[in-house]
Amino acid sequence: MYSFNYLKPVSIEDAASMLSESDEHKVISGGMTLIPTLKQRLARVERLIGLEKCGLSEIKLDGELLKIGAMATHAEVSESDIVVMENPAIAELASHIGDRQVRNRGTIGGSLANNDPSACYPAAILALGGIIHTTKRDINAEEFFVDLFETALEEDEIITAVSLPKPDAAAYEKFPNPASRYAMVGVFVAKFNSEIRVAVTGAGEEGVFRCSEIETALLKAFSSESLSDSTISADGLMSDIHAEADYRAHLIVEMAKRAVTKSARR
Amino acid sequence: MQYFSQGKILGFPVWFKLSTIRAGLICKLKMILGEIDVTQVTLMVNGTQHNEDVSDYMLLADFIREKLKLTGTHVGCDTSQCGACVIHIDGISVKSCTMLAVQADGCNITTIEGLADGDVLHPMQQAFHENHGLQCGFCTPGMIMSAIELIDGKPDISEAEIRQGLEGNLCRCTGYQNIVKSVHEAAKVERR
Repeated sequence: MYSFNYLKPVSIEDAASMLSESDEHKVISGGMTLIPTLKQRLARVERLIGLEKCGLSEIKLDGELLKIGAMATHAEVSESDIVVMENPAIAELASHIGDRQVRNRGTIGGSLANNDPSACYPAAILALGGIIHTTKRDINAEEFFVDLFETALEEDEIITAVSLPKPDAAAYEKFPNPASRYAMVGVFVAKFNSEIRVAVTGAGEEGVFRCSEIETALLKAFSSESLSDSTISADGLMSDIHAEADYRAHLIVEMAKRAVTKSARR
Repeated sequence: MQYFSQGKILGFPVWFKLSTIRAGLICKLKMILGEIDVTQVTLMVNGTQHNEDVSDYMLLADFIREKLKLTGTHVGCDTSQCGACVIHIDGISVKSCTMLAVQADGCNITTIEGLADGDVLHPMQQAFHENHGLQCGFCTPGMIMSAIELIDGKPDISEAEIRQGLEGNLCRCTGYQNIVKSVHEAAKVERR
């Protein structure tokens, strides 16, 4: 690890102003990706700005929306009574990220800001049409996720919370890589009145994306049988040592079927 | 000569070693010049308060092992996968190789050394002892720390839940059978 200084601002405003001082300054929340990256010297920072004293971990109902503070850990989200009541699919998704120790440290804000192409949360936020609140503005999920590890966040912008509308039915299903347990394909399905929204993580060459083929098929009937004849083009899907693009295309349909079935059980 | 051949020192390319040494020297120099912050942290470890100066980028696992000399906490993979370094911070299990010492300032830490009460083993340690829940023993400290949090308040935990709950801990001897059995037994003791 290269050397750096660690700062502990006590408010998010102070954190944002420290961040804006230099490109070499970075924010750290749970550090479950950033610390391993620093250890391997894949990244170098002059100052690390820890958000642990900024108090952004509150989970509450904000009118109709479920508002989750950026520093809420995966363990807190999965065990929160409000999340379990209002949006059980999110609680269940959070309970399967990484392992217990990662869930005890990793945060929703950190996961979204990192936008790992195999991360689970981006699929949920995109499928639910969530809003990402930052120190500067509110960003719609559609505009937030730009490319692999790339978001609409500016250099000196920090996520403060995420707001999620309540779906009529929703569920997430992933096919974990047998070794790393990261999602090789993860599909989040959400049904709102007459709208179906489906987002896929782990598969796209440009990160998380909405899958219109599955959305259209599910419009006929929100059941796994609607997908029995569905196929998805492998264009734009990732190929790596774990899975070819056409296998991932197949997995998207299968995970979507399972997610729809799971959502009906709730 | 066998240690320095074909541009390599002990199997590492020369540029790698030199850059590592250089980075280390620059770092020391910066410390002397006061460019790198050394922060005083105050934390409770196994019931004893420690005030120590640490460089801001020191990992908590290194702090525990090298500063406090509590070498029961192991570093197996150093990539947050194996879980040999699991400790408790304010009662919550974390991988100490993926956290900085400065981040634990003001916290209450328990390591494997802090579990036994004198010669009386913690029920989880006792269960591992009685059920032969270890082979080489390297993963054991982390397994025990994770397992204690796992069964807390869950005396009726199932085998499947134990296997799922220990996914952050790897045993390279693949001795999972008796590890799971040990955790199950410890949960039963808790029920009594």
